[in-house]
Amino acid sequence: MATLDRAEVARLAALARIDMTEADLDRLSGQISAIVDAVAKVQEVATPHVPATSHPIPMSNVYRPDVVVPSLTQESALAAAPAAEDGRFRVPQILGEE
Amino acid sequence: MVTNHNGASITRLTAQAMADAFESGKFTSVQATQAALDRIAAVEGDVHAFLHVDAEGALATAAAVDADREAGKPLPPLAGVPIAIKDVLVTKGLPTTAGSRILEGWIPPYDATVTEKIRAARMPILGKTNMDEFAMGSSTEHSGFGPTHNPWDLSRIPGGSGGGSAAALAAFEAPLAIGSDTGGSIRQPASVTGTVGVKPTYGAVSRYGVIALASSLDQVGPCARTVHDAALLHEVIAGHDPRDSTSLPDDVPPVLSAANRGRDHGLEGVRIGVIKDLTGEGFQPGVRQRFDEAIQQLRSAGATVTEVSCPSFAYALAAYYLILPSEASSNLAKYDAVRFGLRVDDGSGTIERVMGTTRAAGFGDEVKRRIILGTYALSAGYYDAYYGSAQKVRTLIQRDFADAFGSVDVLVSPTCPTTAFKLGEQVNDPLTMYLNDIATIPANLAGIPGMSLPIGLAPEDGLPVGLQILAPARHDDRLYRVGAALESALIGLWAGTLLTQAPTLEVTP
Repeated sequence: MATLDRAEVARLAALARIDMTEADLDRLSGQISAIVDAVAKVQEVATPHVPATSHPIPMSNVYRPDVVVPSLTQESALAAAPAAEDGRFRVPQILGEE
Repeated sequence: MVTNHNGASITRLTAQAMADAFESGKFTSVQATQAALDRIAAVEGDVHAFLHVDAEGALATAAAVDADREAGKPLPPLAGVPIAIKDVLVTKGLPTTAGSRILEGWIPPYDATVTEKIRAARMPILGKTNMDEFAMGSSTEHSGFGPTHNPWDLSRIPGGSGGGSAAALAAFEAPLAIGSDTGGSIRQPASVTGTVGVKPTYGAVSRYGVIALASSLDQVGPCARTVHDAALLHEVIAGHDPRDSTSLPDDVPPVLSAANRGRDHGLEGVRIGVIKDLTGEGFQPGVRQRFDEAIQQLRSAGATVTEVSCPSFAYALAAYYLILPSEASSNLAKYDAVRFGLRVDDGSGTIERVMGTTRAAGFGDEVKRRIILGTYALSAGYYDAYYGSAQKVRTLIQRDFADAFGSVDVLVSPTCPTTAFKLGEQVNDPLTMYLNDIATIPANLAGIPGMSLPIGLAPEDGLPVGLQILAPARHDDRLYRVGAALESALIGLWAGTLLTQAPTLEVTP
């Protein structure tokens, strides 16, 4: 059984864009590993002939009329942004140096 | 009730009694709303059910309703009855955080469809109720803004994630509230606070403007002190919404008439199945005792009761804690420090660095645990073994329900294995905390409706016990018929609702 080790939790946290301190990893990695071990139980009954269900009530091709309705103004869309400039979201540098 | 109402007696009325009193002119919506606000001011220091209270907005709505009533204008049935809204629904102009520091101070620029419906129903919005962060939890202890306390015993949890809405009802701060239920977040708080909570069929209530946790599980529903009041609110909020692509196009089931039928005519001809997999080991003796007594009440009301087996439920919790984190890890990617919410930026790095520092600072431990778990379950090489297997278990759970509903009309179980536990007791033990939802999770996996209603106090600790009723998808009305019949029998037995036995929480001046 794949038990998550501390390095793997650190790698997953980086993928999920959550910085983790050594103290965070001390606190959380054992708990997360224990949860993974517990939920692996699903594999006992998930045999090949059982189909997967992704959505509790199947629906497909849900359409609505394509009509213009009032939308947020530029001002209200930007009102809660951490930073805005010239009517746009202002973001930190996107690309690194290398 | 006496005709000379003071504020304290108004706050103890049901929503129906309040609406009747407005109509007959006994008191006004402004008086009722002010009474609720006074009660909130008096007990919030102890209970902390609310994250934000909007006294001014609530009183303005109430005054407008009173003026229209005075002028003889037609009004919706619950016009003027105040309500509390779980902080997971966006409310234009009112702070909305979903219990997370990452959204602290955010003022949504739009209303959820359910919020719009409440405004259209002319119901004064008292404020936003506390919850576990992004609805992840069973105790409200994972709120970024401190826990809510159970009005029955302030040292105990009010359930979660919707502990704020349930506690607001039990503390007589509001007659009605909105909740959301992903794995039990309406039903479990109802159970431990002696209130009524309903998770409608998946898709029965719009989720437009509801901050997403797990999109294949989340459902919004009514919280109340009686089954009849829950039915009134259900009819306000349910119905198709073209803005939510998972919204059911069906007509709303006749929940109010079903509640009245159950109350007035009992359960003759109704077939009830007891889920034997959800009654044994791990269930507190007092919970089992009250449950067994409630089954006798259901028989006395005319129902036939049999035992049914749902063997795949043993795997429901494991499947849930793969599906939920997987969906949550995707849904919570939107908190990226760009368009709204917190940004922690020391100016030294790229947006990727800013996301890492922001999400580290803004999310609590439970959210971090579940995002990392979901990231793992969805990652290449593990997807089939974890997420894929969990989706297969979902099929097995649905088959168990389909088999059971082949021979009975509704299923029942205790809502929770135990009564309210102590604050702090489970907060650092996630796997133990997850077990609180063992009886409520199967309904979310299958998309079927469920209700919890109070059935008494456990003899060993004097705390509320809830009974869960489950019905097939799209048959929410059956919950109300059975729930109202049982409630009517129990109110007769107790000479009032269970909440009349709750501590009064009066603060000393």
